[in-house]
Amino acid sequence: MFVPGNNPGMMQDAFIYGPDSIMLDLEDSVTMAEKDTARLLVHNALKTIDYGKTEMVVRINPLSTPYGKKDVEAVVKAGVHVIRMPKTETAEEVKELEQEIIKIETELGCVGRTQIMAAIESTLGVINAYAIATASKRMMGIALGAEDYCANLKAQRTSGDSPNFGMELLMARQTIVTAARAAGIDALDTVFSNLNDMDTFKREVEMIKAMGFDGKSIINPRQIEVVNEVFAPKEKDIQKALTILAAIKEAEQRGSGVIAVNGKMVDRPVVIRAQRTIDLAIASGIINKEDI
Amino acid sequence: MEVKNAAAGTLESGDILIQIAPAQQAGLHIDLDSTVAYQFGAQIKKVITETLTGLGLENADVKATDKGALDCTIRARATAAFVRATGKDVWAD
Repeated sequence: MFVPGNNPGMMQDAFIYGPDSIMLDLEDSVTMAEKDTARLLVHNALKTIDYGKTEMVVRINPLSTPYGKKDVEAVVKAGVHVIRMPKTETAEEVKELEQEIIKIETELGCVGRTQIMAAIESTLGVINAYAIATASKRMMGIALGAEDYCANLKAQRTSGDSPNFGMELLMARQTIVTAARAAGIDALDTVFSNLNDMDTFKREVEMIKAMGFDGKSIINPRQIEVVNEVFAPKEKDIQKALTILAAIKEAEQRGSGVIAVNGKMVDRPVVIRAQRTIDLAIASGIINKEDI
Repeated sequence: MEVKNAAAGTLESGDILIQIAPAQQAGLHIDLDSTVAYQFGAQIKKVITETLTGLGLENADVKATDKGALDCTIRARATAAFVRATGKDVWAD
């Protein structure tokens, strides 16, 4: 969930709503005149507020601006989990960020602590998605930024009542999911900014889940429930996955590689999907790891 | 340390506006206006004083208008106002 980095009230309350991840923003939601104060606010909030198990991300300004490197220093010193790099177009930009992180982490004696998420927001970024996703061992995910991407593509965003809904992002979404999967990292979808159209929002979340995304960026706590509801596995899927995993465990103990569940052959891709269902069920709080 | 008029923060809920001006008399003088002054006034002043003296600011007039800010926000706003008032780089240390 995006939270403006210059709004202390929102920053201190955000975790109450239970998002998986809070993304404090130093980039687009902060005016040029307040970049210095927002950086200090985010630094102090990260060092002081107990966000529990929430993953803490900070979207920094591009390194090509006068603010980017100062942002990196401030948030790495505060122990941020993930730095979100905006408008990423090449693997070299990720490597440049990594070098900045290493410089600060070396000073602190904690090399390797900070992960990187790259936001892909241009046609060149989409073309280079796999190179970006594999540019560093610190890469934990790539995310689509749709507004800048569409402006660069010279395409209009379609609305929910259009028969072409989402077509302008089809190639970018598929490329980003494929690149993320090939790199073994997460794929995260763009924000949906019309808070008054929750039906279209839900359709979009269902669509990006079907496409293979791991999650969706959101801008308001109202959107959390919809995302969780769509991504949480259904009871019958969980039971089926548990049956498959139990059967494969038993087969392994017997030394057998191939099994059948309810008359259907279970091979490796089926087991991987079953494990993902269980991982999602645990992450959604539907089942406990200890109960399996 | 040369000090010029500077401010950081807002009057939104959960925030604090800190204004720093050159000292009329020696020392750090804090004028606090807070919605929670009765319960937390002493603590707010303590955080501002510790932050500014920790940055080496001994003489200044400080006006703080608090809207229920946490200590981390008070520290951030006091530091930002200090940077704007003195031009010092707090990240160098």
